[in-house]
Amino acid sequence: MGVKRVLRHSGWIAWKDLLEFSRSKLRLVMLVLMPLFMMVMVGYIFPSGTSISNQPVAIANQDLGVSVLVPSTNTTTTLYMGNEFVTGLEAINNRTGMMELSSSSGFNDIKTRIQDGSLSGGIIIDPSFTRDLMAGRQGNITVVTDQSNPQMSAMMQTVLGQTIAAMGKQWAMYDLNTTYHISMTLTPALIQPFNYQFTGIVPGNPNYFQFVAPGIISMVVMMSLMTGLPHAISYEKDMGTLDGMLVAPTSRLSIILGKVLAQTVRGVVQATIIFVLAVVLFGVVVYGNLLLVAALILLSVFSFVGLGILITSFTDKEETATMVMMTLMFPMMFLSGVFFPIQQMPWFMQDIAQVLPLTYATTALRKVMVLGASASAVFPEIVILLGFGIVLLAIAVPMFRKAMTR
Amino acid sequence: MTESVIQVSGLTKQFDGFTAVDHVSFEVQKGEIFGFLGPNGAGKSTTIRMLCTLSRPTDGTATVAGFDVVKDDSRVRQHIGLVSEKLIMYNDLTARENLRLFGELYDIPKETLQRRIEKLLTFVRMEKWADARIGTFSTGMKQRINVIRALVNQPEILFLDEPTLGLDPQSTVEIRELVRRINIENGTTIILTTHMMVEADLLCNRIGVIDHGKIVAMDTPANLKKIVSGTDTTVLEFEIPNLTPALLTALGSLACIESTTREDDTHVKIRAKGEGCFDAVIDGIRTNGGQVKGVRNLEPTLEDVFLQITGREVREQVSDHVPMADRRGPRHGPRTPSSRVR
Repeated sequence: MGVKRVLRHSGWIAWKDLLEFSRSKLRLVMLVLMPLFMMVMVGYIFPSGTSISNQPVAIANQDLGVSVLVPSTNTTTTLYMGNEFVTGLEAINNRTGMMELSSSSGFNDIKTRIQDGSLSGGIIIDPSFTRDLMAGRQGNITVVTDQSNPQMSAMMQTVLGQTIAAMGKQWAMYDLNTTYHISMTLTPALIQPFNYQFTGIVPGNPNYFQFVAPGIISMVVMMSLMTGLPHAISYEKDMGTLDGMLVAPTSRLSIILGKVLAQTVRGVVQATIIFVLAVVLFGVVVYGNLLLVAALILLSVFSFVGLGILITSFTDKEETATMVMMTLMFPMMFLSGVFFPIQQMPWFMQDIAQVLPLTYATTALRKVMVLGASASAVFPEIVILLGFGIVLLAIAVPMFRKAMTR
Repeated sequence: MTESVIQVSGLTKQFDGFTAVDHVSFEVQKGEIFGFLGPNGAGKSTTIRMLCTLSRPTDGTATVAGFDVVKDDSRVRQHIGLVSEKLIMYNDLTARENLRLFGELYDIPKETLQRRIEKLLTFVRMEKWADARIGTFSTGMKQRINVIRALVNQPEILFLDEPTLGLDPQSTVEIRELVRRINIENGTTIILTTHMMVEADLLCNRIGVIDHGKIVAMDTPANLKKIVSGTDTTVLEFEIPNLTPALLTALGSLACIESTTREDDTHVKIRAKGEGCFDAVIDGIRTNGGQVKGVRNLEPTLEDVFLQITGREVREQVSDHVPMADRRGPRHGPRTPSSRVR
């Protein structure tokens, strides 16, 4: 049977599938809505570093101050360095807008308010704050965090830590200048001999969308093949229409190829929608070659096809197919680094991730889209995806042929 | 002169130890309408599926249009058309699109296919509906398109698996008429399965009665009926105004009576055997207090033939021998008329 004939038949079967698909308005709407929902939800649910603002934080200024003699008037006055600290903190916060500051009486008050949810954290200034500073010791500040929300707690620790460090630095610079008469231009190097800054290999500040968009693209392609394919074939099996194709002198290969073609078109259309949404709505910048991105998407299709066919051959009913798909898809989605970096996972999950084609598809797409990697940089992933595709197809196609004639 | 287009020898199909078709052998002549008659689950569909290359025989051989169904399956496919129990059509596609898709799978040149589609649509008077979606059709219209769909490749042999299942009486008559026309006008050999005696009687030149996967009788309808009339069994219909269940039970115990079938309030069909059985039956009714208002000597029907051969009525399920759950047929359980309506 000629290759051309197989391809022509599969073309007609794909035409039929797509025509059927396009006749359902609801399905067309879903085709666009699904990726849109996915992007919006994923992009907004997962917090990024800059997303914290207006967190309620209370300050308990317990500083007792120190009485000092004012030589000019020969009277004593109480000095409160804690107040100055609070003023400085407010000034910094006015710029960043991260916190909504209120005052508090002390630890117990902060504790109650964190428990009832009206506070995200608190700052306690030690009673001996001024005294310690005057005596040349460090002033103590306690940061109270909300442990029920580990992510927020970590975030608050970072934010407050940075604010306090920045204040300390300013204070020290002022001290060095007034007490030791060191020029303000020299003070920074004395306090902090090392200056550091972060730079990526591509310009700009990547947001979570940038991280998640390539993942979602490869995931949608996987979903359309892994759920769409078994569904399309088992549905026709259930309806009895598959018999019409099987009884015609057409190769079994044409049937599966036609279905794959139709599902690929669907998957690529969705991937394109996500891509456009990511760029237009969510400010994702693509640094890599667009052709390479497209090639990688098609390669991912190739690597998932075998798996889809394999599942199709094993399941006889539409319902079974859907269940098998769901069971396999969720671990694949979460283990392949689509939403969370693989490096965050425990070792055994990282090991599982290594055998999932989606992992490599996502990694390669991310490298190219976010980091502007060239084809040679993602060569290992390309080889692995090709390998997955060839091995799975070599197993799946004979299985499918056998399953079609019982 | 006859020429056989289907030769089947020892054809067997087993599903996990259950024998659906058990060493079936027969031949079908060119131009014939050959019917498989039997209850649901008797093995009719499985036989058809094996002949259509949709199912691989466990044992035995079959050639269709001169080609082996296993070794030369794609050649067989060129020469056959199938109307299966389920509609082979896509609801979201129009009639024309459906016909076109299946035509393309047979590599029919574009213009030939277009002409053929028009001809087929006219053949079933569906030209007006050619560009409407199948989903909007009535069951009868769907089945008409479904039948011509099986004709796009101008098959020598057309397989029809329960073609009138689930159709209303009018559509049933229409489809039967269509089958006859296909046979006469195109000279197409037709193999059909049915569990309806009337249908088999009306359409078929020859009938193979199939039960528990075996062909238990095979002949023309007329000859099959002789099986009954050739014996000393007489089928009588009595009209008894005061027909009671007690009377029926009493009659059932008479030695000469084979079976009684109550037809309505006053009519009973009695199969009796032996010489002088008529007198014995009349006496039996009278001694049990029944009045005989009328009596008719019935021509044997295929129903009687089936009863005679298998000892049970055709509408009984095979399941009284094999538990339903153990029967792994080709993806269908007991069918309801609604299984065709979608």
